[in-house]
Amino acid sequence: MIEKTVAELSAALAAGEVSSVELTQAYLDRIAKFNASLNAYITVCDESALQQAKAADAARANGESSPLLGIPLAHKDIFCTSGVTTTCGSRMLNNFVSPYDATVVARFNAAGTVILGKTNMDEFAMGSSNETSYFGAVRNPWDTGKVPGGSSGGSAAAVAADLCAMATGTDTGGSIRQPAAFCGVTGFKPSYGRVSRWGMIAFASSLDQAGPICKSAEDAALMMNVMAGLDEKDSTSIDRPTEDYTATLNDSLEGLRIGIPRQHFAEGLSPEVEKSVREGLAVFEKLGATITEIDLPNNHLSVSAYYVVAPAEASANLSRYDGVRYGYRCEDPVDLEDMYKRTRSEGFGAEVKRRIMVGTYALSAGFYDAYYRKAQKIRRLIKNDFNEAFKEVDVIIGPTSPHTAFGIGAKSDPVAMYLEDIYTIAVNLAGLPGMSVPVGLPGGLPAGMHIVGNDFAEAKLLNVAHQFQLNTDWHKRKPTALDKEA
Amino acid sequence: MALDKSEVEKIAHLARLHMSAEDVGEVTKRITDILALIDQMQSVETENVEPLAHPLDVVQRLRADEVTETNRRDELQKLAPLSENGLFLVPKVIE
Repeated sequence: MIEKTVAELSAALAAGEVSSVELTQAYLDRIAKFNASLNAYITVCDESALQQAKAADAARANGESSPLLGIPLAHKDIFCTSGVTTTCGSRMLNNFVSPYDATVVARFNAAGTVILGKTNMDEFAMGSSNETSYFGAVRNPWDTGKVPGGSSGGSAAAVAADLCAMATGTDTGGSIRQPAAFCGVTGFKPSYGRVSRWGMIAFASSLDQAGPICKSAEDAALMMNVMAGLDEKDSTSIDRPTEDYTATLNDSLEGLRIGIPRQHFAEGLSPEVEKSVREGLAVFEKLGATITEIDLPNNHLSVSAYYVVAPAEASANLSRYDGVRYGYRCEDPVDLEDMYKRTRSEGFGAEVKRRIMVGTYALSAGFYDAYYRKAQKIRRLIKNDFNEAFKEVDVIIGPTSPHTAFGIGAKSDPVAMYLEDIYTIAVNLAGLPGMSVPVGLPGGLPAGMHIVGNDFAEAKLLNVAHQFQLNTDWHKRKPTALDKEA
Repeated sequence: MALDKSEVEKIAHLARLHMSAEDVGEVTKRITDILALIDQMQSVETENVEPLAHPLDVVQRLRADEVTETNRRDELQKLAPLSENGLFLVPKVIE
């Protein structure tokens, strides 16, 4: 039962074939069995999960029904959860228990879901491999010697290994889509502002966006129906009517115009991943879509611009960790400056400190125009590229990542790690919706297909991905390594 | 552009990070590498390009100036490493 999609579990719960308590216990048992080898969860909420499951079963017995009632999920440990530790993968917040729920968490709670636990992540979401977590690397369920991708690596690994039915993630430069690709699951990053950021620990405020990590596009639509919408508490949340994202899943793709960016099929792309993606594109042609090559001429500048914008915003956002109001404080500070400096040096890991330093430098006196303002201008050029492309095509498709999952410890150079996100970063800079769906298993490891839409084209993307999944079975393939070991 | 160690120490101070003598060399190298990546964007002419601060170019939403938050001081201060009588405690600032 636990391997089923949310849509299938929802039907089984509604039909009384299984209770939420039984389902929750089955996931908790599997977490107990496999989390030690995957390290996907930082915190497991055994007791409260079973209480929530009982409440969901009681609500159903009282005649309540909603699609996600009683479905067990995991939240990335970047979302504040009242009464449960929220670490953001950092020593700085090792013992932080939020006094409130993030809006995303509150919305899922109101929908009757069950929180199994909080998933591991790169520290403060800064990483593409989940190796920067204070709580240790997460392992890829397809091959435990490989990374799951990052920063939402714990969520992607947990979904892939059936340690939850669905999970939340966040995406600042690819942090939902790249781990989804590496773990063979479906990951969806909505348009900037579509999902509330309130209670989601800030990394780069003009780029951060929450979204689903799950087993199918249909499940992503069910999750988006809960997550999306205006939140008065988040001033960047968009005041725009929400839609039923499941309503158009079955629309025909006849006449769909797909653009494939030449820059995403160029040097650096693994031939095996390219083959998988091109085979995926052939499926769309059979469904009546047309495919044309397009150009995103400024794509190669996206990583450069991102590593100004994101660190600059991070250096401002992370200045709040000063050892005064919450979080870690160093032992025996001699004075205030010593307290600030040692608290931050001991509380943050190396990658977080590097990005704070880069951001501080970019924003320091005399450098603003050369760095932050320049990066914002590049951001405009990147957005203009997409605007031009969407005059000709409905969606843009390419690979999510240049290759499949790499080995743990294989990329020690930060710049090499940054280039991992070469296909995903521009989408965040432009604020567009993007997703990754499984498209093949070259060499036995999952490859992801990246689908990008215009502003607020969430429903279109989910429709395109769902039709793909009706005609392929890559999203149903499961890693077998774990169960063989056990 | 390449940074020297004294510049890195200055940035660390601005960011209120402690920089040990043994770390400064490695950090300087890493940050110099990152700045080299960033400097690729300097190759593009952007004289007449309008900066994009928000991906959707929307304006900040306003709300009525009304108190919406309740006072949760005691609850919030429980999170502090050190607090007393409603105050956050820090090392002595004024002699």
